[in-house]
Amino acid sequence: MCTTCGCGNGETLIEGHMHDHARDHHHHTHGHTHDHASGRMVQVEQDILAINDRYAESNRSYFVDNSILTLNLVSSPGSGKTTLLTSTLSALKDEFPLSVIEGDQQTSQDAERIRATGVKAVQINTGKGCHLDAHMVGHAVQTLAPEEDSMLFIENVGNLVCPAAFDLGEAHKVVILSVTEGEDKPLKYPDMFHAADLMLLNKTDLLPYLDFDVDLCIGYARRVNPDIKVLQLSATKGDGMDAWMSWLRDEHQLQSGQETVVAQG
Amino acid sequence: MHEMSLCESVLQILEESAHKQEFSSVKRVWLEIGMLSCVEPEAMRFSFDAVMKGTLADGAKLELLRVPGEAKCLACLQNVEVQQYGDLCSACGNSRLEISGGDQLRVKELEVV
Repeated sequence: MCTTCGCGNGETLIEGHMHDHARDHHHHTHGHTHDHASGRMVQVEQDILAINDRYAESNRSYFVDNSILTLNLVSSPGSGKTTLLTSTLSALKDEFPLSVIEGDQQTSQDAERIRATGVKAVQINTGKGCHLDAHMVGHAVQTLAPEEDSMLFIENVGNLVCPAAFDLGEAHKVVILSVTEGEDKPLKYPDMFHAADLMLLNKTDLLPYLDFDVDLCIGYARRVNPDIKVLQLSATKGDGMDAWMSWLRDEHQLQSGQETVVAQG
Repeated sequence: MHEMSLCESVLQILEESAHKQEFSSVKRVWLEIGMLSCVEPEAMRFSFDAVMKGTLADGAKLELLRVPGEAKCLACLQNVEVQQYGDLCSACGNSRLEISGGDQLRVKELEVV
């Protein structure tokens, strides 16, 4: 059993953690009861995601208190997420302390790709699970011990559906869409594009060979999320990476400012 | 299939509730599922039956209360119902909608013995 929160069981494996995890049971039900025809009726009125959200809030406070800009990177498999991440880490590692949580159903290949850049990473294998949840991330953060005033990238399981529902405590969800996918993905997977604050349109160096309509795609994304920011880039060729770096620096500064405000308040 | 983990959370809520409200088995569960809540009802039913097997809610009936998405159109200012993110205003066809409700995911009520 986990000594931190008493969890046990489950198929999730976190590198550096000696046991498996499932969610815990520390929540409270308030309600009244009254009689009904066959059985007794019990009012519950409880959010199904409340347990996850409580872990997410605890992660978020930790990130804010320690000025750790945390981003939850989400996409379908094959969007170039890990390549984008390794390029980003190589460009920023002399400027900020960086760390990475890698989520995949199986293998630690991605965490090894990250470590090859010299950045520390911990792999979470979700087993049959299709998404990371805030509880797994909380444990991974304990193992990883990200520095104060740093950036933490969480590469979620490649899946445009399930990770949309689970807050991990991140500052922003960043959705990555590559131009080799359909431009109507924002309409097909609206929950994810609605949940994200930034969309990175990746592999733009391939646009000359494709029928991908960039404006149409951005229009669809704005239809499900009028506030979504969009950056176009190619992680392999480097086009557009400067704008992404600037966005990261600005967000990191905002995160540090947030900590100062909390400390003064 | 994140519905499977959502049903595991439902089970935790049921177990906690059983402890506090002193009941031993659950016959029926009412879930309020907003149309904008990233839940597929059929996947939820399938997962519910699988997750509840061998628990205090084995064989319990699942009642899904679907709640429509609510939005205000920023063009015609009407309040309209939406089925999903990205829907157009049903009154004027504009795409600029401000979502105001319909993403809830709640255990509402139980029938227990």
